[in-house]
Amino acid sequence: MTIEVVLRDLSKWLAATPLSHTIQNAGWVIPTLQTIHILSVAVLFSSAVLVDLRLWRALQRDVPLADVARRFLPTIWPVLLILLITGSLLIVAEPRRSLLNTSFYIKMTLLAFAVLLTAGLQWSLRAAPEFWDKDRGRRIAGRFAATVSILVWCGILFAGRWIAYTQVG
Amino acid sequence: MPLFTDLISYFENSALADSLRENDLLFPFIESVHVVAICLVVGSILAVDLRLLGLASVNRPVSRVTGGILPLTWGAFVVALTSGGLLFISNATKYLGNGFFVAKMFLIGAAGLNMVMFHMIGARNLPRWENDARLPLPARLAGGVSILLWIAVVTCGRWIGFTMEPG
Repeated sequence: MTIEVVLRDLSKWLAATPLSHTIQNAGWVIPTLQTIHILSVAVLFSSAVLVDLRLWRALQRDVPLADVARRFLPTIWPVLLILLITGSLLIVAEPRRSLLNTSFYIKMTLLAFAVLLTAGLQWSLRAAPEFWDKDRGRRIAGRFAATVSILVWCGILFAGRWIAYTQVG
Repeated sequence: MPLFTDLISYFENSALADSLRENDLLFPFIESVHVVAICLVVGSILAVDLRLLGLASVNRPVSRVTGGILPLTWGAFVVALTSGGLLFISNATKYLGNGFFVAKMFLIGAAGLNMVMFHMIGARNLPRWENDARLPLPARLAGGVSILLWIAVVTCGRWIGFTMEPG
């Protein structure tokens, strides 16, 4: 049995569950879940970018990087939970839309990468507040990490929007 | 308003609008740019609003918080406006006939008005109280109203996609 067959069966099963029917039958639920999902993405993405821009020394230079990270990064984890819940409900509502969609898997791969990157950044600054300021090499590495972070988050948002355009029948 | 309708049809019939309608990748690409920009606008404004409400960054003076965040907000707003404008001209007449689109425009206007009013009235004695964790009522009000308005903007924006067939 190929993975595609498994996903097809899983989609069929999910779409037949009472929860899926309930969500599909109330027309306002999917747009509302998507709105909560986007608002959560806005919080997550902006928090990450504000820290990334501090790594670039573009904004908030008057505060140490560790302080900026402490203000913005911890928010990411509870909000990520909201994203996973709303995202899961959206999958249950329309399983084929995501589970049989390459854009969805690209988005999830990029998300895993962004989570690792953010956790790594948070951990490094908790271990040593001066971690990214110790020498020239570290500062360049910090800017590189910040650039990768911004690009990966943009990739997540693009892939998310693309799900609507690459769904199968 | 004949001038307005003329202007709308001028943009809608432009070569640019044509390519937006006909190129399968251009529209989703600009839409994605729009989502990225909107997310940055809303997320960064939220950080400022939470400071005004006394719920975050309370140990930093208001002007430092705004100075460190609003440049990102404005940059993203310009991108959101440009990308949104392009999406709009691809199908201007249809968008203007969509209640959620019209509501979204008015809500953005209201958010702008709220900001201007805060700057002109609410923030008049800013240096006197900007270090306080709990700010005067007008400032807290401006923050709360802003959060509600931007949530409404995003809600309307998402509903446009459900109430209007693209193309």
